[in-house]
Amino acid sequence: MSLPTASALATRFDPGDRVRARVMNPPGHNRLPTYARGRRGVVEEVHGVFALPDEVVRGVARPRHEPVYAVSFESRELWGVDGSERSAVSLDLWESYLEAEPAPTDPVRSSPGGR
Amino acid sequence: MSDDHGDEERAENTRRVGLLTSLLEERGVVSERELDELVEAFVARTGPGQGARIVARAWTDSGFRARLLADANAAVRELGLDMAAGTAPHLRLRVVENTSEVHNLVVCTLCSCYPVAILGPPPTWYKSESYRSRVVRDPRGVLEEFGLELDPALRIRVWDSSAETRYLVVPVRPEGSDDHGEEELAALVSRNALIGTALAGAGAG
Repeated sequence: MSLPTASALATRFDPGDRVRARVMNPPGHNRLPTYARGRRGVVEEVHGVFALPDEVVRGVARPRHEPVYAVSFESRELWGVDGSERSAVSLDLWESYLEAEPAPTDPVRSSPGGR
Repeated sequence: MSDDHGDEERAENTRRVGLLTSLLEERGVVSERELDELVEAFVARTGPGQGARIVARAWTDSGFRARLLADANAAVRELGLDMAAGTAPHLRLRVVENTSEVHNLVVCTLCSCYPVAILGPPPTWYKSESYRSRVVRDPRGVLEEFGLELDPALRIRVWDSSAETRYLVVPVRPEGSDDHGEEELAALVSRNALIGTALAGAGAG
């Protein structure tokens, strides 16, 4: 089976996009690891389109297929003060596990002369 | 989760597989001999040695290295290997490369996903609750337990195989291996080096 190329997909996100893993706690199976829920990351690459496991394990006859992205999360973003420097974790996440995250805007620091 | 739970689950799985195979044999779908041959053929064509071959070729052939990093599923077919030969033909293989700046490390925190179609079954420690839960939080601490003390300036990237992509690490080529042929180079690559818990040339693992 050949893998669909990223360009052939209708993808919501592109490499470099800032995203946030949704906070979700569905009753059934799900492959968004708990430790990433609610955390901000950056899309690294598009893996292709794959059946959504949440529906596959329920035996849905035609499970939804979605793009899967490698999303990189800084260790400190995931673990706070217990995270480590110069370290990141990349997770492979289905599109519906993600939402767009606006670019950081800090009115004080982004003003001229700030920083 | 305790080990007892794992043992119980294994016993239950063994029982179910036993029931299933005896039914398949009884109904003439497959014979015991055919099953044995399938398993033997699988074991013969998979294993850490296949990963070491991939790495050795990447070290010696820059064109192959580029193809491997861009599309590993296609590149490994040049070596007669095939991700689609396993039980899950749709899986993507992604090869990540260690450099003087980045060290890559692979885990599956949700279960024990691993490039089985190429490397065979994962080592026991890879499936342990301890490795899976700790390596994402404290990769340097876990690596130290493997006897690996990385330069603090090195960035660590942990790849949690949470979906349908499987990861394989190309370690840094050891110094002093310039005259080595592919076979000699492959001998420097342990299974742990392919996962990122060892460096190449650091002894068998």
